[in-house]
Amino acid sequence: MDFNLTEDRRMLAETLNRYLADQYGAAHREQVAYAAPFHDPQKWREIADLGILQALAPETAGGFGGAGFDITVVFEALGRALCPEPVLPTLMASRLLAAAGVEQGALLDGTMRYGVGLGELESPYALDQIETHAENGRLSGRKSVIYGGNDADRFLVAARNGPGIAVYEVLATDAQVKGYGLIDGGGAAELFLENTPARLLMEDAGGAVNDALDAGALALCGEAVGLMDVTLQTLLEYLRTRKQFGRTIGSFQALQHRVVDMVTEIEQSRSITILAASRMGADDQSRSVSMAKNLIGRTAKLVAEETIQMHGGIAMTWEAPVSHYAKRLTMLDHQLGDTDEHLERVMAGYVKSQAAPG
Amino acid sequence: MDLNFTPQEAAFQAEVRTFLRDNLPAEFARAVRDGDELPKALMEEWHAILNGQGWLATTWPKEFGGPGWTPVQRHIFEEECARANAPRIVPFGLAMLGPVLQKFGTPAQQAEYLPRILDGTDWWCQGYSEPGAGSDLASLKTRAMRDGDDYVINGQKTWTTLGQYANRIFCLVRTQTEGKPQAGISFILVDVDTPGIEMRPIRLIEGGYEVNEVFFTDVRVPASRLVGQENEGWTIAKFLLTHERTNIAGVGFSMQALDELKALARRIRRNAKPLIENPLFAARLAQAEIDLEAMKITNLRMLVRAREQGGPGPETSILKIKGTVVRQALNDLSRRALGPAAAPFPSEDLLGNASLVPEEHARNAARYFNNRKLSIFGGSNEIQRNILTKAMLEL
Repeated sequence: MDFNLTEDRRMLAETLNRYLADQYGAAHREQVAYAAPFHDPQKWREIADLGILQALAPETAGGFGGAGFDITVVFEALGRALCPEPVLPTLMASRLLAAAGVEQGALLDGTMRYGVGLGELESPYALDQIETHAENGRLSGRKSVIYGGNDADRFLVAARNGPGIAVYEVLATDAQVKGYGLIDGGGAAELFLENTPARLLMEDAGGAVNDALDAGALALCGEAVGLMDVTLQTLLEYLRTRKQFGRTIGSFQALQHRVVDMVTEIEQSRSITILAASRMGADDQSRSVSMAKNLIGRTAKLVAEETIQMHGGIAMTWEAPVSHYAKRLTMLDHQLGDTDEHLERVMAGYVKSQAAPG
Repeated sequence: MDLNFTPQEAAFQAEVRTFLRDNLPAEFARAVRDGDELPKALMEEWHAILNGQGWLATTWPKEFGGPGWTPVQRHIFEEECARANAPRIVPFGLAMLGPVLQKFGTPAQQAEYLPRILDGTDWWCQGYSEPGAGSDLASLKTRAMRDGDDYVINGQKTWTTLGQYANRIFCLVRTQTEGKPQAGISFILVDVDTPGIEMRPIRLIEGGYEVNEVFFTDVRVPASRLVGQENEGWTIAKFLLTHERTNIAGVGFSMQALDELKALARRIRRNAKPLIENPLFAARLAQAEIDLEAMKITNLRMLVRAREQGGPGPETSILKIKGTVVRQALNDLSRRALGPAAAPFPSEDLLGNASLVPEEHARNAARYFNNRKLSIFGGSNEIQRNILTKAMLEL
């Protein structure tokens, strides 16, 4: 048993953490995250040049990583800096392109950006009810809140194709794309498809889509761990310095015990993320990811709400960096399956395993 | 990152499983599963079986007759024992006093007491808490006055677990009243049959009898029974409490409780369906299972940290807090799963009448009530929060 990162991953984390600390400070982040294109294209290229995107893909796909711990290491660092760059859609696109056997060099060197449109407004997390469909190789339907879609060159879209789900590639120039900013920073888009030309990448893509969703959810767990670490440190610093009634507010037991509960749940969240990362590629990949995303969802809400409460009025201001961390912690529950959705997936395992003995 | 056991650890796990399969009597496992009050003879026999294998004093180094295990081996052993429903090793002599004597005792004390703990000659119990000194242990008042070669002890201890079976008791006593409360405490060993000691049972919430009050009236104890220096008992008390927190997460117990709960929820039917398919129940179950899955990794991470740092640190308080809460949640779900069948009092009458309530269910609610103690003893969860605040948060 060993809970240390490999030397390579430790260096990867160090490189990215250092770059983001130098280049992506709170002021810069605030400047780029809330105005179109809702990220910094120059810094995007620099992050790609560091090899961060290649770390998310296996060698067979042209990368040098792609394992669960590669994903969590990268996203934990992105979370620490509250980085709004569209790395998550890159990860998910990479999983889908690899499964389809499509070359992805331009994706991994950062020159080609993909948006990934899987769920829809009325079936945001599970795909069995999606309405986007293919007819004669053309797509009709609508994909909502595609992260990074506002500045994407291409889209990977899940659509009905007969009884199954297929994955298509759509050029941004062929479709109607309406981009916008997100409440927690970064950008997204609505993708309107109306008899839009599309290239079929994969039929019967259910397995590949689930894998991309798992990888994406794991990435969000890693991001959340990074966000929570920084949020906690910010809170502790505030409790040590803010004075009321002639003493630091951190000296009040009513607050101390609540902070300990946050610390406990953050450690639990780190643990379950490690577990899920270790299970990528194993039979229980999806179940482990769902367990992680559920616990992360519960903890992220606790950390965000308690941090705002204990900061008092100051965390209600746009100016305080911690308020943006709290928003991101809250809103990542809306991505790729929320707390309840993932709990239901774990529960569904209880019914299925009825058939199995024991 | 590697969450797997090493080949040696995996082989050890297999060895423990084989040993338990071949040596744990089925009626012992059944009694533990059903939550019976275990008779003294049963616990002594289980100790003897483990001692025969050299696996009784799990935390002791080899030179004192322990197996010299690593923290990971100890964890594997504890988890496998819990999964097999083996009786708990009574901790007072083995897990608490043993390490204290090894660190603070004289060679003569070590030679006198340690072998008797191993072979079962002595059954130790703990004299720590007092009616006025619970979480605030340092405020204890039981007084030991030096008189020639003896100490004379007056006062009262409480919550003395299984004191009814013990022939000896280790006590924290006040030998000085000036200065900080912590400064005047000493650690002393007392024979339970010394004149002036009276042990009275405390009946617990569920009706069971496992803890006692101990009254001391002019109890004379030779000064050679002092462990460490006079007035330095607080250091020993804290050392012992850290050891008490070993395996405090109780992950193995919770894993076993989860398995049994799932089996129960598949058997029990509600509204023409297995209870496990009821969405509200299943949601609570899933949440507890997820917390436990995370707990397993948290526990292992802290074990590895303890290995790297040479001992458990304050972060073990996280294990105490979360481990007890998870286990209590499972007990709670199990009790509620039974519905009305959990209600009958587990009297001898009822236990003999399997047609009314199956034996494995008879003590279900009693176990729930009894295990409310988990978040109170060994330093209440609120005290653990204070410890964590002081040690880790720099507030």
